[in-house]
Amino acid sequence: MTTEASSETEVKENAEESAAQPDQSEKATRETQEVLNTEEEDKEKGKVKEKEGKGISRYLPTWLKKQKSLSQTSPTKETPPTEEPTSKVTEEEEVSAPEVNGHAEEAEEKEEVKSEPVKEKEVESNSNGSADTEPAKEEKLEESVQTTPEENKETTKEEDVAEEEKKGQEQETQAEAEVQEGDGQTSIFQSPFRLVRKPKMKVVVCHVTLLDGTDFSCEVEKRANGQYLFFKVCEHLNLLEKDYFGLTYKDTHDEKCWLDPMKEIKRQIRSNNWQFSFNVKFYPPDPSLLTEDITRYLLCLQLRDDVASGRLPCSFVTHALLGSYTLQAEFGDQEPDQPRPLDFISQQTFAPNQSKEMEEKILELHKSHKGMTPAQADIQFLENAKKLSMYGVDLHRAKDSEGVDIMLGVCANGLLVYKDRLRINRFAWPKILKISYKRNNFYIKIRPGETEQFESTVGFKLQNHRSAKRLWKVCVENHSFFRLNAPEPPTKARFLTLGSKFRYSGRTQAQTRMASSLIDRPAPNFERTSSKRISRSLDGAPVISITEAGRDMTENGHDPNLELQSDSKVSVPQMETASADNVISDTKEPAKTTEVEIEETVVIQEVSKATKAGNVTVTSNSPAGPPAEQESSEQKVRSDEEVVVVEEANQTRQESVSSESESEEEAEYHPNVTTSISNTQIPEEKEEEDKLEGEEEGEEMEPEVPAAPAPSLPAEISQPAEETPQEEEEPRKETEEGMKDEVEEKQGDPETEESTDDPMLTPDETPKSFVPPEVEEEEQEEPKVNGEASAVDAEPRPHGICCSELPVVKTEMVTISDTFAAQKTEIATKEVPIVHTETKTITYEAAQLDGNGEGEPGVLMTAQTITSESLCTTTTTHITKTLKGGLSETRIEKRIVITGDCDIDHDQALAQAIKEAKEQHPDMSVTRVVVHKETELAEEED
Amino acid sequence: MNTDQKRTRVRKGALQVVTVARNKLPDAKRRRFSLLFIGQDISALLELCVDIQRGSSSTGRLEYGFGHYTHAIVRGIPASLAKEALRTNQAEVDLDKARTEHDAYVQVLRTRLGLEVVELPADESLPDCVFVEDAAVVCGDTALITRPGAESRRRETEAMKEALTDLNMNIVEIADENATLDGGDVLFTGREFFVGLSKRTNQRGAEILADAFKDYAVSTVPVLEGLHLKSFCSMGGPGLIVIGSSDPAQKALKIMQQMSDHRYDKLTVPDDLAANCIYMNLPNKGHVLLHCTTDEFPESVKVFEKLKDHMLIPVSNLEKVKLDGALTCCSVLINKKKHNN
Repeated sequence: MTTEASSETEVKENAEESAAQPDQSEKATRETQEVLNTEEEDKEKGKVKEKEGKGISRYLPTWLKKQKSLSQTSPTKETPPTEEPTSKVTEEEEVSAPEVNGHAEEAEEKEEVKSEPVKEKEVESNSNGSADTEPAKEEKLEESVQTTPEENKETTKEEDVAEEEKKGQEQETQAEAEVQEGDGQTSIFQSPFRLVRKPKMKVVVCHVTLLDGTDFSCEVEKRANGQYLFFKVCEHLNLLEKDYFGLTYKDTHDEKCWLDPMKEIKRQIRSNNWQFSFNVKFYPPDPSLLTEDITRYLLCLQLRDDVASGRLPCSFVTHALLGSYTLQAEFGDQEPDQPRPLDFISQQTFAPNQSKEMEEKILELHKSHKGMTPAQADIQFLENAKKLSMYGVDLHRAKDSEGVDIMLGVCANGLLVYKDRLRINRFAWPKILKISYKRNNFYIKIRPGETEQFESTVGFKLQNHRSAKRLWKVCVENHSFFRLNAPEPPTKARFLTLGSKFRYSGRTQAQTRMASSLIDRPAPNFERTSSKRISRSLDGAPVISITEAGRDMTENGHDPNLELQSDSKVSVPQMETASADNVISDTKEPAKTTEVEIEETVVIQEVSKATKAGNVTVTSNSPAGPPAEQESSEQKVRSDEEVVVVEEANQTRQESVSSESESEEEAEYHPNVTTSISNTQIPEEKEEEDKLEGEEEGEEMEPEVPAAPAPSLPAEISQPAEETPQEEEEPRKETEEGMKDEVEEKQGDPETEESTDDPMLTPDETPKSFVPPEVEEEEQEEPKVNGEASAVDAEPRPHGICCSELPVVKTEMVTISDTFAAQKTEIATKEVPIVHTETKTITYEAAQLDGNGEGEPGVLMTAQTITSESLCTTTTTHITKTLKGGLSETRIEKRIVITGDCDIDHDQALAQAIKEAKEQHPDMSVTRVVVHKETELAEEED
Repeated sequence: MNTDQKRTRVRKGALQVVTVARNKLPDAKRRRFSLLFIGQDISALLELCVDIQRGSSSTGRLEYGFGHYTHAIVRGIPASLAKEALRTNQAEVDLDKARTEHDAYVQVLRTRLGLEVVELPADESLPDCVFVEDAAVVCGDTALITRPGAESRRRETEAMKEALTDLNMNIVEIADENATLDGGDVLFTGREFFVGLSKRTNQRGAEILADAFKDYAVSTVPVLEGLHLKSFCSMGGPGLIVIGSSDPAQKALKIMQQMSDHRYDKLTVPDDLAANCIYMNLPNKGHVLLHCTTDEFPESVKVFEKLKDHMLIPVSNLEKVKLDGALTCCSVLINKKKHNN
């Protein structure tokens, strides 16, 4: 998404650096400041709108950008009434923009607290520490920097309870920020967290054993959470595809545990042993799909250890083969005249019981790899390792119901049951309805088979409740990572579930793949440690360019923080690193809310309307719980383009909150049933299951159906009358009917959105068949300025109820003209102007390009419609299975309806929806986008 | 090759891939392709092809080389077969017919398929010795010498071990007195092993097999009816399981599918015994399938005949089947790489 190197990206980068790297260089700081300044200037000039447009455009396919430009050019849009609020916003931004993030999070957290009164105390106590989590999320937050003030206001308005406290904090943060800006350079202890109470911060030295066996130590603030340390390590390693990795620690019982990124380190290790190791957490089923060699190299290091230690069993031949690739990767070609001595080989561990015979075999095979580069050797290594049956299987000791010793293996595909070496059962993820643990028992509820009628529950006994919980967590994480398109938000139905609300909080594989496909940096140079170690004693060993200054410097006792920086600076041009970083990290979107299956058709309908004070109560999103509330509120207020960004902040906050409360002895997790809206499964894999398990697919999806209606019901109500999600058969027709003007436009295809040429605005031009998407734009009336809305709207709830009204509606509206005032509800009711509602509908449609195949008649096998609702988007997925000429085809049409209050947010949401959809289904094509706007015109403004 | 030709080629290739991938993301993919076609974006098209291939490669590469054999070990029929060989139902066996049948079988392997056939002499004290499959499990360079479930057959492994040693295989033997394993209970799919727990094979035997072939997952499947696991199933190609239509057979298949991380297609034949066939993938011959004859199982043969890509070779097995001997039972197939020589 960051294809444009705009000033915004710079901000993000710098800000990110400043957060992540304590010893930020002065230069970087200055840059940040400069950028900020310019931004502020922009704002002051009242160009907020433009900026937004630009920002959003990055997320929009070019053909969608037109909308933006249109709204900009439209005369009514730029009307002055907005001035007052805007300038106020600007003011605020100037003061607090860079550092409000932490505060915003805290505010959000308070919301969380509200919704979860039982946990309130815990949260409160945690809220200070919560700021620590910021560096972890900085990438996301950075993008929302400009908007956060508004957000704050928004939240504050909502959260009257927490308001005062927040205000105090806000002041503190602001003060702190000023100090920071003044200093230019910040100390380790201050900048990374922007903590309110910096003077009190205590610093601990963490020791992390890296995969190459070296030790990395760094100082972290005592209250830092796991992610902070993890990011530091990744940064040290120059690793971008970090989602496959994690940090482990030994608990008090000397058992290996994964460090929860969302929780404070201190609370997890429960001892003063700040010793960790960096490990692969999720073994990618197909390592060739990893983007960077460095990621593969690290995976290799892990696997070499797995193999050598016997954790990953393999045959003699495979041992030898893997060993030979290791040799090739580390030492290059075997020189014919200088064959490596056998005793040298024996110093290396390739297998648990390495014999001379094996070493000879390794050397023999090594010869055959001549000419292979280290990266190629790594790839070959992984290609062979991934086929091993125990690749990526995390084993846990257990007993079955009869007390027989077994092993439970958690992997990408599901849960495996082993007795000794034999696989005696397997539960694929789609087969599992529920995973739970209670004390030392671990249960899985199994979907009934074709012939069975009832669900069955299988129970296993673990050594103690800790191991049961650990197994449960690993299951939750693996399921989320490999099966979901986006992580599930933590449980909301609190009345139903007791116990741990732990959920996987990182990116899923689908997301991380998407993110890494955007990595755009020159392959970083990295040093293979063993070659460094051994090259001193051996001739002919290739010396790989040493760019990774960090490691050496640590060894020399330099300040690790300094290294970090020099690291990224030396090896990669700064700009690139940073942008790549952004790319990767800003897709961290655990809070992804729109549910998207494969989409053939994306119909996005936007309905914007002015705020109604009463709306808050009407919104029946409440079943979705507090997160929805928060998110929607943010969306509304934000003038920046990153919807998700803040959502995620919310998300993570919830995570940390919920994980606080997770010391219970039991917990449940429903891998398939949609306890949450974002619980989408990855279709391809599903497809595979489908083949394997007959009607699996149908069954699999079904649980989502019953879950969905409840939350979606309100959404449906709020649909504009002329377009209900159920009518997707002919959405286009419908939209057309309701339109007056038609502007057809030829534009870039959604697929080629990178080419950011401005769409030509050519009304009534017939679309040419070559150019994929044709865009129709239909306007009913001139839209009114929405820019003001963005600034003014403090209305948290996207709501569609009044959208069903026809073009011009006179509605009694509450216009909140003062953003600050928005915090106080009384003000909201002061002005009750009469406003016109204007409706504008724009349809963008891609040409139907798939020629022949489309017309094929097919036999309809199954059809189902799934509706889900989240925040301000309602997603209707219509799945039809047809039999065409002996082939079964699954066609999934998805309609996303975004309802909400202000213009900008819709663009964001739209962009987000498309982006998300793309992440989930890279092959999808957006065939139609309908933008339907209802703008209210206050009469006095006319 | 000029650019136009190149393009056409790419298109064709791409379209083929689309057809293959159709079940996965049908319309989306097709749309994307048509989009790229129209845009003449060949490089993007190629990328997409690569993507798709990669996507399918996770299963595709695994089975590479599956069914490729160079050698076969067979054994002669002793006269004692007719009277003394073990059988589950009392049936008169015509020794001459059985020998003729077996000769024809060996001929197919040697002449028709060009395998190097190692023929072990029959041993009168081992009436069942013709069913060599039970004596060893060979996968890659490793040969596991079994410990047959039937005591009368234990000594059959001696000659087998010798023959495999001569072929430079890595020999693994079962030392455990409690373990029993018949090769007929071992189904290797190219990706993993299924071991039938039957009258002849026990859990311990399966464990030892798992130890011998550590690279592969080894799952156990209870064999409720029939002598061996392979009495009602076998591989009909990479990722294709041929399975009988009886309830126990179908049940076993369900278990196998549930236990596997991989996806298998199935070919259901009406007769359980007909489900035992021999699949090979030979250079210059492609997919080869040795299966039952029309005389034995006419309905099942019709099913096999639907396999258009396979070279189908009906092999008569009328007599040996009376002794529960199926097609796979009479040979041990080996893929010996050149460097082993």
